[in-house]
Amino acid sequence: MDSHAIITALTPLVPGAAYEAGASIDFATIYVPADRLVDTCLALRDAPSLRFNVLVEVTAADYFPRDPRFEIVYHLVSIPNRLRLRLKVRAGEKGAVPTVQGVWPSAGWLEREVWDMFGVVFDGHPDLRRLLMPEDWEGHPQRKDYPVQIRKPAQTYEPLEISEEEFKANIERDRARRTAR
Amino acid sequence: MGFGLWPQPEAYSRKPTGFIMAELRTETMTVNMGPQHPSTHGVLRLVLELDGEVVRSIRPTIGYLHTGIEKTAEQKKWQQVVPLVERMDYLGAQSNSLAYALSVEKLLGLEMPQRVKDIRVVIAELQRIASHLVWLGTHALEIGAVSLLFYAFRERELLMNINELIAGFRFFPSYIRIGGLREDLPRGFHEAVNAFLDRFPGKVDEFEGLLSRNDIFLRRTQGVGVIAADGALAWGLVGPIARACGVDYDVRRYFPYCGYETYNFEVPTEQEGDVYARYCVRIREMRESVKICRQAITRITPAGAWACDDPRVVPPPKDKVYTEMEALIQHFLIYSQGFTVPAGDAYVPVEGPRGEHGVYVVSDGTNRPWRIKMRAPSLLAIQALPTLVEGGLIADVVAVMGSTDVVMGDCDR
Repeated sequence: MDSHAIITALTPLVPGAAYEAGASIDFATIYVPADRLVDTCLALRDAPSLRFNVLVEVTAADYFPRDPRFEIVYHLVSIPNRLRLRLKVRAGEKGAVPTVQGVWPSAGWLEREVWDMFGVVFDGHPDLRRLLMPEDWEGHPQRKDYPVQIRKPAQTYEPLEISEEEFKANIERDRARRTAR
Repeated sequence: MGFGLWPQPEAYSRKPTGFIMAELRTETMTVNMGPQHPSTHGVLRLVLELDGEVVRSIRPTIGYLHTGIEKTAEQKKWQQVVPLVERMDYLGAQSNSLAYALSVEKLLGLEMPQRVKDIRVVIAELQRIASHLVWLGTHALEIGAVSLLFYAFRERELLMNINELIAGFRFFPSYIRIGGLREDLPRGFHEAVNAFLDRFPGKVDEFEGLLSRNDIFLRRTQGVGVIAADGALAWGLVGPIARACGVDYDVRRYFPYCGYETYNFEVPTEQEGDVYARYCVRIREMRESVKICRQAITRITPAGAWACDDPRVVPPPKDKVYTEMEALIQHFLIYSQGFTVPAGDAYVPVEGPRGEHGVYVVSDGTNRPWRIKMRAPSLLAIQALPTLVEGGLIADVVAVMGSTDVVMGDCDR
């Protein structure tokens, strides 16, 4: 099935959604408007002629000077029908994309990684925290306007709760105990 | 979660007997496991909430091994990325570089000679065996069968020697390049591979003799960490984990690459979906890999084409560089400027040791990748870990985690 065949199959299932066939050299690619993404994914998963039952990958690409700058890319596999499909959703700097975790639970961490790396917000995601970077990291490293080869200490430790004098006193006390024994 | 996949605590076959537990019920205990726990296969941190010995919840924390390989790759030329992607999933190094090379070749529109495809098949299958041997040794070690680690690593040593033979590098050979291979096969490659293939099935029998009917091993693995087929697919666990619950999805069979459709092999599946079923699937996969290697190695002539015939991508032979001006210019261009790749994106999946591998590459038409993204089977396996473990016993956590065969380098990238 090429992109146009999938759009033809989808259009009656999701009325009013404007799909767009994307250029691709490997398998079908369609652009999905962000507001109809969840409906589209449910139709793709459940329609008997499609049955895309596995979401193998969610990622994004930052085409920086272009607007909208992000493309969120979903790779789907239909095991019963031996099909692959790539969905693309355009998202701007401030735009949000609905989460598809309710359709395929595997989207959970994959969307978290996209948020971590690109700063794209997934609406309705129950646990949108950093996944790979430290919790207190600033910025989203995979963005094209994020500097490379910077040195930045990771703030992942807690400050000591005792003072230096107390620490030394503890050591002295332990040493005294050892020698007394 | 509405999938109804794993046993509820009361249905669990080995729940603690109730007569003391009912009276002594206290608050739950939170235990930190990792990041330096040896059975976490790298640096994975698990925060377990325990009710006695029963795991009530498990929260994995990852990212300790994040090295920003994908960002680094955007600063490199296309061919310089090959060693980088090999370091992502460090146990399945050459299936990473195969996935990357196939994706970029798709963008370039290159078709490989048959001999290159066959050599890549041999290398990918040997890599699968090497990865499964590490998994088998460490998994058995964690469950208590310590000696198997040494037997498995002894066989893996032979595969490392083959890597050293073809590329001089044992762990990350970078032998698969965009446009073909680094160079032709060395003398003695066929002999080394054939010697390994003759020896190895007997060794798999030995491994199975130690484990497959071992009462302790069976009790530790059967009925533990069960996941059903629809659950495995919903969590994206395509690969050995899904095959252990009856899904016969294998990229080599469903979306063939490198001519896998011309090989005669089976896709091993089991029905139970527990730790033991995953063990059986991987053991049988090793036997199938031997079968594929035997077929491939007979097709490979000792000398012949080792790269495609495209002077944009493939450097000229060294003797021509020293004698011909055009070859010198071409050599210089490839190593100083690299080659450009037509704008577009591609994703060619391959069946790696841990499931579907693939590199999503985006090109903007220059000599550096705009974006590369490795599909990480380990990330999805760790994401599904709570589903596999919760409601089970704490002693089963390491058994289940070993059976998912996670590699943190793949997970964190």
